[in-house]
Formats: sequence, structure tokens, C-alpha cells
Amino acid sequence: MFSFVLRRLASAVLVMFSISVMVFLIFFATPGVNPAARIAGRSASPQVLAQVSAEFGLNRPLPVRYGLMMWHLFFKQDLTSYVNIGVKVIPQITGAAPVTLSLVLGAAVIWLVVGVLGGLVAAANRGRWIDPLIMFGGIAAVSIPVFWLGQVVGLLTQTKFHSVFRWLPGSGYVSFTQSPGQWALHLLLPWLTLATLYAGVYARVLRAELVNAMNEDYVRTARAKGLSERRILMRHALRCSLISVVSLFGLDFGSLVGGAALLTEVVFGLPGIGMLTDTSLQNLDLPVIMACVMYGAFFIVAASAVVDVLYAVLDPRVRVVK
Amino acid sequence: MRDLSVSFATRQGVVRAVDGLSLDVAAREVVGIVGESGSGKSVAMYSMLGLVRDANATISGSVVFEGREILGLPDKEMQPLRGGQIGMIFQDPMTALTPVFSVGWQIVEQIRQHTDMTKGQAKARAIELLAEVGIPDARRRVDSFPHEFSGGMRQRVVIAMALSCNPRLLIADEPTTALDVTTQAQILELMGRLRDTHGSSIVIITHDMGVIAEMADRVTVMYAGRPVESGPEVDVVRAPRHPYTWGLLGAVPRLGERSERLATIPGNVMSPLEVPEGCAFAPRCEYAMAQCAQRPALTGTGHQHACWLGEEQRVAIRSDGKGAP
Repeated sequence: MFSFVLRRLASAVLVMFSISVMVFLIFFATPGVNPAARIAGRSASPQVLAQVSAEFGLNRPLPVRYGLMMWHLFFKQDLTSYVNIGVKVIPQITGAAPVTLSLVLGAAVIWLVVGVLGGLVAAANRGRWIDPLIMFGGIAAVSIPVFWLGQVVGLLTQTKFHSVFRWLPGSGYVSFTQSPGQWALHLLLPWLTLATLYAGVYARVLRAELVNAMNEDYVRTARAKGLSERRILMRHALRCSLISVVSLFGLDFGSLVGGAALLTEVVFGLPGIGMLTDTSLQNLDLPVIMACVMYGAFFIVAASAVVDVLYAVLDPRVRVVK
Repeated sequence: MRDLSVSFATRQGVVRAVDGLSLDVAAREVVGIVGESGSGKSVAMYSMLGLVRDANATISGSVVFEGREILGLPDKEMQPLRGGQIGMIFQDPMTALTPVFSVGWQIVEQIRQHTDMTKGQAKARAIELLAEVGIPDARRRVDSFPHEFSGGMRQRVVIAMALSCNPRLLIADEPTTALDVTTQAQILELMGRLRDTHGSSIVIITHDMGVIAEMADRVTVMYAGRPVESGPEVDVVRAPRHPYTWGLLGAVPRLGERSERLATIPGNVMSPLEVPEGCAFAPRCEYAMAQCAQRPALTGTGHQHACWLGEEQRVAIRSDGKGAP
């Protein structure tokens, strides 16, 4: 098991390295594009272009350029934006990451609890009225666009029913270290909004997995062993069904933390990674874009590595030692 | 078991999967149920234990286990019987165990469900059982997962599990079908030995007459959900009376006999929707006659059969060398 974890982490590092190389090549070695002009932004003066060339070693060989870029990105952390002159890139990322992490972590807890409970209750009550009811709720939750739901929720709580929701703060973000209570209050609606979609997906996926599992031969064996239906569902079927839920969760979590929570962030005015990527794209702020892409990719890789380890904990068949 | 019938309502009509099956199993007796795939053998056993969970199924008849009617008991009352008094072995050991739990855990789970043993005691018992069914190095293997065993070894695990609570009755549903031939012989031998040591009665479901000859004291031959012949193993195998049994026995290839091709029964088991009013086997029977349009009853004492052929006709046919052996 330990060697499995080590090997998985090593391969994650390798993947991250490859991603950094690829991202670098896309930005700096695309034929016909002058990276200096791109980095310097629109209508830059020749002096600025020269400064960019010197800083990124643009007249030096490709591997050196890659090294310099990584040096600025990860070790010296002094990559600066030329669009918003003088603003360092890395602090922007490290400032935005906790916002996104807070948003996604909280939402993940909500959607996992609601999704797993919904899936379990629906599967346990197959053929009764509650099963289609939950599944309909699931499909409705999946179908509501986040931007619409977010706007409507914001609108209702801030205007029409503001007297009832007086205790809810407006949009924006308060860091956890500043005030945990305000942090949670500010994030409550974003959490619920983001979790709605995923809770629906997870409830439906888990129910389908459970229903499949309950038709498996091992469930028949479990019944022949004299176990109660409840125990069969909760121990045997759920344990096997969780495997696919966990792999789904890893992908969703990674991509959300990597910037896919953009819509929720924009609707609720949360200055997270998604928002940062969005503004840097609009300004064509290349260093920031590159850092965001790198950050997003790394999070997805890290999340999938964690998922694989979890997978091995859940499913002994994965723990193959070569 | 008296007159057990199981039918399923389908879109195309009612399917009578089991039609009037009666069976007696005495203590320490091995009873075989033989028939082709789809003849209702397994469904009969599953419905007996309440394992047929289909809203469209109708089950009737009577199953008395140790003086108590168990057919149609609610789940709560069946659970102590299942796995406790009645153990079950399944056809495909590759899928019969939950893949994510160790075999020891799964055996312990069953023992703890039916007894007051502590975890430690149950684990010790699991190791004992695994050793008993011939799993080498049981102390270490008890923590292995199902995928770390071969098919034959997994079937041994399933058998160990079925025996864990010393059941009075063991139901084996084609326990050797999914295994290769040498493993089959080992598993059969193991089951025979365990019958002697544990004193359980065994109902063995199979389509292999060889297994019957090896294991069973008494046999019931089923065709299309109906019993067609039933009696002591020696009588049914040595002096079969029903043309279907002749076919089944003739289909067992033997060493030293060369023939152009393997003997078969012409045709397939019909769709369960098309079972005729009369004798179910008539459409495939070489000796079918007008009378076969009426359903023959299972007649005789001891060795019973459901066929309109008279004693003389049977003797005449068999002395022609037909209906081998």
C-alpha cells in the first residue's frame, strides 16, 4: 500500500512536469507569435519589449527559457504582469486560491452528504413514491444553470425577502482567518448554489450504481448468508458503489478548484481563481493566464492522485503490487 | 417440498418456471436435481429461500423445513434460516463474493450474524473452516481478497462460508459448472467429505449426470419446470424410464466408445411461454404419441416417472439399443 502511494505520487510529479513543459511550449514556442509582444500586452513600447525579452531570456535557447520561466514562477515568484504594471502574479494566485478552495470545499461537503443520502434513500425505496421524487429532484437540480440559480437566490434574499434574510450578508468574501462566522455566512449561498448541481448528479449516479450492485451475485450471496437488506445495502452494495462516486468526485473537485467554479464566483462576487482567469483572459494578461492554467492543471493532477490513493483504500483489486 | 410452483408474469404472458415440484430430503441425504439450463432447478431453490425478489413472481405450494412451513415467511424470520440452518453454494464463484472485503471478513460476518461469537472467535473459526475446505496456509489467506484466489479456491471459500454455521441443509446450485474438470472432481469430493463430517443434507442442482452418479442418493429429473422422473440414484441412472432421462444419460460421453458425434437430444428447451398443455417433452420426444397431448402425472412408488409409455414399450425400445445406456 505504501509503495503504491509512493509510485502514484511520483507519477503525479511526472505528469505535472509534462504539463508545465506543454503549457510553456504553447505560450512561448507557438510559431509565428512573438512572446515578448504577447507578454507586454497591447501597444507596448520598444523599451518594454526589450525588458521583457531580457527578463524571460527570449533570445536564449528554449530549455533555458523554460528554466527561467519556472524559476520566476515557482522559486523567485517575482513574475510580474505587464498589463497591470508592476502587479506580481504569484500573490494574485495565492490570494485567489483560498477563496476558491473555501467555496469548493464547503460545497463539496454539502453535495456529498446530500447526494449520498439521496442516492441511498432512493435505492432503498425503489418502487415506492419517494424514489422517483428524489430522482426528479436530482434531474431538476442538474438542469438549473448555476448563473440563473445564483442570480435568483441573490435577488430573492437581497431584495424581495430581504426582511427574512436580513442576517445574510451581501456578496463578497471574508477570509476565514478574519472571521470564521462571516466567512461561513458569506459563503452559505454560494455553497448551496454550487452544491445543487453536483448533489443532483451524485444522487443519480449513486442510485444507479446501488441498483446495479443490488442485482450482483455477491448480493445474492449476502442474502443467502442471512444478512438483513439494510446491512446488505449499507455494507456490501454501498461500499462497492462508492468506488465510482469517489472517482467522479476527484475529477469534479480538481476541475472546480482549478477554476471551473467561475460562474458561481462571478455571480456572488468571489475573487477566486475562476474570476482571476476570466479577468486575465479579458485583459490578455499572459503571465497571469499562464500561471492560472498551470495552477488549474496541477490541482487536477493532485486531486486525481489523491483519488487514486483513496480508490486503492476502497478497492483491494487496485492495490496490485507488481 | 410439496407441489412448489413459481410463475412470472411477463409482457408475453405467464411463464411457469416451476410447475408442481415435490421433493423430500432426509437427514444426511444427498438429493440431486437434474435438467437442462432453464428447466427451473435454480428458481425452485431460490424461491424456497425467499431469494426470488421479483414483483411479478407468484410462488405457491409448501416447503416444510424441520416441521415448519417456511414458504412465504417474512424476511425477518427467514434470515436466521438463510446462512444459519440452510447454507447455499452458488454456480459462479468468481462473482459470488463481495470483491472489496477479505474472505475472512465475509465468513466472520456470516458467523456473527447467526451466533454470539466474538470477532476473535469468529476469525479463528473462519481460519479453521478455510483449512477444512483445503485452502493451504489458511491463517495467512484469511486476510486475502477474493480476486487473489483462483476459481476453485474461491468455490472452496464459498463452501466454507456456507458451512460456517453448521447448516442442516446445504443447497448447491451447480457448484462445479464454472470450474475446470480436475477442480470439479476435487470440489465434489470435498462436498462428499463435508457431508460426512458436518452431517448436513445436500440438495445439489446440476445438469451433469456424472455429478449425480458421483454424489446423489436420490434424483429428480426436471424438464420445463416439471419433474419428469424421480427416484433413488441407482434406479434412475441404471434403469431410467423417461425418454428425457435417456437423452440426458446418452449425452454423457464415455471413454472407450468411439462415435461420430456426441449424442444429443434433438431440439432445444422450448421457450417457457410455449410449454404445451400435455407432456412438456413431447415436441422433442422420439416416442411421442397421441396420448402425450394430455399431461402425464408422476406415478409409481419409490421410482416415479411422468410418461405415457408402458412397461413393455419401454423394454422394447431399450432392447433396440436406443435410449442408451
